[in-house]
Amino acid sequence: MENSIQSVPQNWYLLLSTFMFCIGVMGVLLRRNAIIILMCIELMLNAVNLLLVSYSSYAGNAEGQVFVFFIMVVAAAEVAVGLALLVSIYRNVASTDIDILNRMKW
Amino acid sequence: MGISQIIFYMLAAFTLLSALFVVFSKNPIYSVLWLILCFFSIAGHFVMLNAQFLAVVHIIVYSGAIMVLFLFTVMLLNLNSETEPHKPTLLKFAAVLSGGALFLIIIAAVRSTMPAPYVAPQLSEVGYVKNIGMKLYRDYTLPFEVASILFLSAMIGSVVLAKKERFN
Repeated sequence: MENSIQSVPQNWYLLLSTFMFCIGVMGVLLRRNAIIILMCIELMLNAVNLLLVSYSSYAGNAEGQVFVFFIMVVAAAEVAVGLALLVSIYRNVASTDIDILNRMKW
Repeated sequence: MGISQIIFYMLAAFTLLSALFVVFSKNPIYSVLWLILCFFSIAGHFVMLNAQFLAVVHIIVYSGAIMVLFLFTVMLLNLNSETEPHKPTLLKFAAVLSGGALFLIIIAAVRSTMPAPYVAPQLSEVGYVKNIGMKLYRDYTLPFEVASILFLSAMIGSVVLAKKERFN
């Protein structure tokens, strides 16, 4: 089967991942549930991953894919710590609404 | 229009639709399930970009580990209800507006750097397991080992954070 590299211009990947990143930003601004905000951060990370892989494949350079691998490592660690923080916050205030957690705001 | 172009458009539409559903579905369980679908379609993009190793790792790490963690947390905290209080309409409008403005700004900034004539590159084999492994274990050995220390500290940190405090 022919490859996507040879028939799809790279700009399309740029557009796609920019749009995905903006959906993630919109979700972070829009929602109040902290779990959904974490998921939107994952969306943004994945948009960047997709763009890195596309650049790496189009340029024929493996380093971008190695960086994507490390981004996945960091994302996994971040999600584990973030969800543990969420569980302990939920234990204290019985909610995951971020508007309740404004004690550090002022 | 070749078969791979059609596959690209279908995968892209699927990715964007499921990402939008992640943001806009009321129930957190549905958000998690849509996010799993979104990750699978991104793995499909990786396959289309000839990055087989990353596609497999993406499915294992994201759909296998991270999303199970999310689902466990949503069910553990009993959040699978639609009782999330919503922001005021003005704030929602402002959020969507600023997301769209960010999109426009990034596209406008990137447009000037785009190369005008499109030349199809050579079919590269950099994404195969052999080449990635060579790169990873030859040039990036130290970061690879540091990543394991990061995982260890993240594991210890999350256990300590999520543990109930026994005293006081």
